[in-house]
Amino acid sequence: MDLDNLASLEYFYPEIILAGAILLVIVLDLVIKNKRVIGALSILGCLASLGATLQLYSGPSGFLFHRMMVLDHFSLFFKIVALAATILVLWMSFSSREVASLHQGEYATILLSSALGMFFMASATNLLMAYLSLEMVSITSYILTGFLPRNRRSSEAALKYLIYGGVASGAMIYGMSWIFGMTGSLDYSQIHAALFQGQPNQLALFIAFVLILAGFGYKIVFVPFHMWSPDVYQGAPTPFTAFLSVASNAAGVAILLRFFFPGVSQLGPDGSWRFLSGVEWPQFLLIVSMVTMTLGNLSALGQQNLKRMLAYSGIAHAGYILMGLVVLNTEGLQAMLFYIVVYLIMNLGAFLVVVLVANATGKEEIDGYRGLAWRGSAVPAIAMAIFLFSLTGLPPLAGFVGKFFLFAAVIKQQFYLLALVAVANSVISLYYYARVVKVMFLDFPEASDGRVELNPGAATLLGLLSVMTLVFGIYWGPLVAFTSQSLQFFTK
Amino acid sequence: MQAPIEYYLVLSAVLFAIGVAGVVIRRDVIVILMSIELMLNAVNLTFIAFSRFMGSVEGQVIVFFVMTVAAAEAVVGLAIVISVFRFRQTLDPRDMQLLKW
Repeated sequence: MDLDNLASLEYFYPEIILAGAILLVIVLDLVIKNKRVIGALSILGCLASLGATLQLYSGPSGFLFHRMMVLDHFSLFFKIVALAATILVLWMSFSSREVASLHQGEYATILLSSALGMFFMASATNLLMAYLSLEMVSITSYILTGFLPRNRRSSEAALKYLIYGGVASGAMIYGMSWIFGMTGSLDYSQIHAALFQGQPNQLALFIAFVLILAGFGYKIVFVPFHMWSPDVYQGAPTPFTAFLSVASNAAGVAILLRFFFPGVSQLGPDGSWRFLSGVEWPQFLLIVSMVTMTLGNLSALGQQNLKRMLAYSGIAHAGYILMGLVVLNTEGLQAMLFYIVVYLIMNLGAFLVVVLVANATGKEEIDGYRGLAWRGSAVPAIAMAIFLFSLTGLPPLAGFVGKFFLFAAVIKQQFYLLALVAVANSVISLYYYARVVKVMFLDFPEASDGRVELNPGAATLLGLLSVMTLVFGIYWGPLVAFTSQSLQFFTK
Repeated sequence: MQAPIEYYLVLSAVLFAIGVAGVVIRRDVIVILMSIELMLNAVNLTFIAFSRFMGSVEGQVIVFFVMTVAAAEAVVGLAIVISVFRFRQTLDPRDMQLLKW
């Protein structure tokens, strides 16, 4: 179906509810003194929006707003991911001392606006919409990165983010203008038709794609558009860093897949995708993927700051996720979606422990984790070990299953070199993840190290995330079914 | 008589290149932000030229959005510049070395 503006509203409830929640939070922030209510209200808004999204999942697919956006399982999947990340991050923010010093109403408003931008990123089918949604997410991210008051690191990180982001999105829109010139349209399906019927200039097309990839790539954080990420991750408030590492990455993957798969390639009858002939994308992505994971892992080795280490590990994981794109078939894409969900769970868990330790010691460096298991509650240390081993990809944890699907997809298409590099990288990553575990369990705490307290809210969230990491490592059937059902693009 | 479209495209490519070069080599954050604006204006010129030559209105519409986004980005950017400037009275990016490697 192809709906006009008014008829689209009926399928637009998740966004409407979220936008309503944003406005409500702004207004209530003026009158309500107890700031916990604001956080709880934001979570309620997200839950309501999640309910509406899940309801649409069983409904029809189609174009909305004169083909500006599309409603299909793929977009709904990424909306669910964005909402899940927002809810968990808001929950995490309750127990963060760093966030407690911020202006709660504004923090929640901007976080929710960022989630709304991700909704649009997931469903954009027009270059204009893609650009606007990407900028919406970017600008809200700049603000939240520099949100810590009187904090030099935070301001500096925000400035670096802004400059990298401005250049990347400028390059992207320049590439889009070339695509517009070559095809005469901004709409994905018309671009598709024009590119496959006409004889576009290969070189111009390649340059335009690389420029567009710069904009998408800086969201997904792959080399060479990764430079901002370690600085920004270190400087931003920790719960927001967690949000950035999972939600912004996922939204970038969504917009990339939407543009490159239904946009500029064709689905063959055997479930494999065919790119425009003459442009060697698989080779290009293969190299990008290998370089990204290797550089991320090697740089993470020497890091002393946990947030910075997790930033480099995030770059490496972006490389793993790209492996699914290299094979250009449905199986690879499904493995990507599965890995995104798993990565969301384990990475948010790891950041939650960083938040708890920073609350107790004010430190993010690795020496703040000395003998964490013997200081107060042992639960954070055990949970952190679970998350870190899952990030490495050790069985029987969720990260192993995610990597297994990615590797299987790659090996089936006989990309042996890529698989080999990825396995070698997993081994390298074990070193720096295990180093943290060793410090937590085998080193002795010193008298100056603060006790790590666990409040009920944080304990519940920690338990939830670690149980999910364990469960998806053993019983992954429902999640696989969900991701394969979500891989449905609406194009006609 | 109308100038051929290549002229516009070359001009906007040159403007875009100047913008990128400005971001890379200039030593003042404000000038870097101006260079980013220059990149966006080069993009606007490309869109306008294409849509004029194709007789389509889509390219002109996107220019309004790009200008609005550029303004929003400048607002946030200058606010961040002020908060950085409070700590040290310089805008040289070489001094921003709290976060590295």
